[in-house]
Amino acid sequence: MYFQNFEQLLHMDGHGAFVWAAYAITVFVIIAILLAPGRRQRRFLTQLAGELKRQRVTDSNAGEN
Amino acid sequence: MWTFFHKLGSPPWLYGISGSILRWLLPLTLLALATGLVWGLLFTAPDFRQGNSYRIIYIHVPAAVVALAGYYVMALAGAINLIWKMKMADVAMRSAAPIGAALTFIALVTGAIWGKPTWGTWWVWDARITSMLILLFLYLGVIALYEAFDNKEAAGKACAVLSLVGMVNIPIIYKSVDWWYSLHQPASIKFTGESSIDPSMLYPLLLMIGAFYALFTCCLLMNMRAELLSREARTNWVRKLALSGGRD
Repeated sequence: MYFQNFEQLLHMDGHGAFVWAAYAITVFVIIAILLAPGRRQRRFLTQLAGELKRQRVTDSNAGEN
Repeated sequence: MWTFFHKLGSPPWLYGISGSILRWLLPLTLLALATGLVWGLLFTAPDFRQGNSYRIIYIHVPAAVVALAGYYVMALAGAINLIWKMKMADVAMRSAAPIGAALTFIALVTGAIWGKPTWGTWWVWDARITSMLILLFLYLGVIALYEAFDNKEAAGKACAVLSLVGMVNIPIIYKSVDWWYSLHQPASIKFTGESSIDPSMLYPLLLMIGAFYALFTCCLLMNMRAELLSREARTNWVRKLALSGGRD
C-alpha cells in the first residue's frame, strides 16, 4: 500500500476531496445502472403476473355462468 | 452460421443465453471493478507532476473509452435495424443508449473534478471536452427521441438515423487532441510502439478499461432482457415467466 496511514489516504496531499468525490460519483452511477434493469424487469413481471391472475379469475367466473 | 443468426432473432433463446452469460460475467465484472478501484486508489505511486489527483485516471479514461465504444455499438445496432429490420438490433440500440449516457456523464464529471487541481479550472471549452459533451447530448437525444414516439418501429428508425448522423462526432473526439491545441494530452497508450506511461500505472489502467467494457456488456444484456420482456408481453414464454415469479 502506498499510503502510510488512514489520514494520509483520506487527505492525499490536498487532493483527497477531488479524488474521493470523483470515485464516489462513479461508484454511485455504476450501482445505479447495474440495479436499474433488474428493478424494471421485476416491476414488469409482477404487474404482468397480477394481470394474468385477474384475467384467469374473470375467465373462470364467466365459465360458471 | 445462419442458424446462429436465426437464433439471435429469437427472444426466448436470447433471454436464456444472456441469463447464463450474466451468471458468470456479472460477478467477474464486479471483482475486476473492485480490484481496479482498490489498486488505483491505494497501491499505485502518485504521479510525479500531478501528485495524487492523477488517480482519477483509473475511472476517467475507462469511462471515456467505453462511452465511445458504446456509441459504436448503438450506431451499428441502428444500422442493422435500418438495413435488415432486425428487431433485436433495435432492442440493443435502445438498451445501449442509457449506459452510454451514464458513462459519458462519468467521464465529464470526473474530468471536471480532475481539471480543478490540475489545470486550475473545472471546465474549458476545449475541443475534446466539447465533443464529449456533444456525445452526451447525442445519447440523451436518442433516449428522448425513443420516448417521443408511440410507434416503436418509427422510433427505432428515427433513433437509428440520429445515431448514425452522430457518428460524425466520434472521429472528432479521437482526433481532437491532435487537430486542435488542447489541454488534454495526446494518447499515452499505443498498440504499436512504446507507451509513454509507466507499467505500474498502465496495468491497473488496462484492468479498469477491461472492467468497464465488461460492465457495459453486463448492463447492455440486462437492459436488453428487461426490454425484451416488455416487448414480448403477449407471448406464452413471458406469461409463463411472470406466473412462475420471474425465475428462468
